Amino acid sequence: MSILSFRDVSLRYPQRPGLRSAAGDNLVLDSINLQVSSHELVAIIGRSGSGKTSLLNLAAGFILPTSGTIAVDGEPIRGPGADRAVVFQDDALYPWLDARDNVGFPLKLKGVPRAERHERARQLLELVGLGEAGDRHIWELSGGMRQRVGIARALAAEPRFLLLDEPLGALDALTRSRMQEFLLRIQSRSGAGAVLITHSIDEALILASRVLVLSPNPGRLTAEIEAGFSSEILAGTPIERIKASPLFKRLHDGLTSLIHSLPNEEAAA
Amino acid sequence: MTLFTELRPLSRLSDGDEDGRAGDEAPLRARAAPATASTARPVPTAVISAITVLVILGLWSLASAHALVSPVFLPSPRQVLVAAYGLVVTGFVDATLAEHVGASLYRIFGALIASILIGIPAGLAIATSRVGRGILDPIVEFLRPLPPLAYLPLVIIWVGIGEASKITVIALAMLPSIILSTSAGVRSVSKDHVNAARSLGATPRQVLGQVVLPSAVPSILTGIRIALGAGWTTLVAAELVAATSGIGFMIQSAAQFLVTDIVIAGIVVIALIAIVFEYVARLIERRLVPWASHR
Ligand SMILES: Nc1ncnc2c1ncn2[C@@H]1O[C@H](COP(=O)(O)OP(=O)(O)O)[C@@H](O)[C@H]1O
Ligand SMILES: [Mg+2]
Repeated sequence: MSILSFRDVSLRYPQRPGLRSAAGDNLVLDSINLQVSSHELVAIIGRSGSGKTSLLNLAAGFILPTSGTIAVDGEPIRGPGADRAVVFQDDALYPWLDARDNVGFPLKLKGVPRAERHERARQLLELVGLGEAGDRHIWELSGGMRQRVGIARALAAEPRFLLLDEPLGALDALTRSRMQEFLLRIQSRSGAGAVLITHSIDEALILASRVLVLSPNPGRLTAEIEAGFSSEILAGTPIERIKASPLFKRLHDGLTSLIHSLPNEEAAA
Repeated sequence: MTLFTELRPLSRLSDGDEDGRAGDEAPLRARAAPATASTARPVPTAVISAITVLVILGLWSLASAHALVSPVFLPSPRQVLVAAYGLVVTGFVDATLAEHVGASLYRIFGALIASILIGIPAGLAIATSRVGRGILDPIVEFLRPLPPLAYLPLVIIWVGIGEASKITVIALAMLPSIILSTSAGVRSVSKDHVNAARSLGATPRQVLGQVVLPSAVPSILTGIRIALGAGWTTLVAAELVAATSGIGFMIQSAAQFLVTDIVIAGIVVIALIAIVFEYVARLIERRLVPWASHR
């Protein structure tokens, strides 16, 4: 089992000359403490601009914290690595590769021979329900299919953690709810831990074992909710039934009023 | 309308953008479409172009048939065709048309290969390194606006009148667009694409080879196509000035002897080759980077 941990992590983007924020301070994330273990899915919700993407980029190693440490199993991270594979909102698939080669991309980086790569990509595409799509061009796939290819690509790296930045944000309502259940099953089968950024309270409650609320300006983790509906869904309870349950409604209402009570970054800006 | 708006998100079974306006406008357009179709079908542009060409050929025939212009200055289309046939079969100034064209093509493709070999690494250096940009930017910016014929005499002084001087001048004419398109292509690489590779375990070298270069290919190919056009005009001009073979030289020699039909035939051949270049280059782009139009 692995643990991804944030200890007193703060982030300040370099001040751009002539662009001074009203507060005179551009602290984006303040004293973030967070532990995610493999096998669990943690959701982070917050308004746009609260620093969700920044937090994920820190975990991915794309940017380094101004202070504090981010570590995997106690080992501070120094940059991006295949142990923390990212799934992007805009899929970030390579259009010059077909679906199979996109999924096989992490294996190619490792020097896995072509035949083996193809076989593994085929298995992963099958896992995400796209067994027939290996030869397809990326631009021939629908948004939902692309996200599944993106997830399969991340899984091909055999990461210890999946970092998901609003991976379903661009999908329409129907596709989105199908993908939620799918994402849950894939994550639990893969044995990887996951950090899911979302601005949908529904989605966070359905998928995550824990939901964290990021309040804006500067971003602080202000609340944590143990959701735990995901195990019911994995056991076969339909998502619609869970959403109709009184407990779900109570948590949903609680989170909604909590988020609405937070200062609005857009209004302040 | 309200009902329609409310139902829209659910009725979109396939994935789409979240922009609702397209959905509102679509029915309006659907209703308007049959109306335009029933009035008048517009004449295709290609037909208009074909008519233009035919009219010009017709006017040309008329002018020469009625001897409005001396045949020395304006031979008839038929004469030009005969001259072109003669060029193909027996040739002009010691070489057939194929040999002249061959000499020109040899130069342009020699120059193209040289400028690709130099231009792509130079473009990479400009886009990826501050030092590289510092060194190469002034050179490219100096070279780019210069008409190649301005430095042809200098190149001849330096490398002589032979093939090397022509290839050098054409390569110099091609270089800026290849360098600039490469660096533009490299700079346009999607940040997410790079980050995705890094988070999937790519080394900086792998990011360059597996992500940055592939995403620059469409831009590089466009640069090569533009370079080919620029190189071709430069080549013909250079051959007019200093050469003993080649299509430009052939025209220049014919002009000196007032063999106007050969001059015109030569001009048509130059234009046809340029068109073929453009066509083949676009074909290659479509083959090599079909994804470029789907980004
Ligand atoms: N590269 C950057 N440089 C400077 N400021 C940034 C940068 N990225 C994000 N920010 C700022 O940090 C804040 C948080 O952004 P982000 O992490 O994207 O939030 P979210 O994903 O929750 O919408 C915003 O105010 C944004 O303007
Ligand atoms: Mg974001």
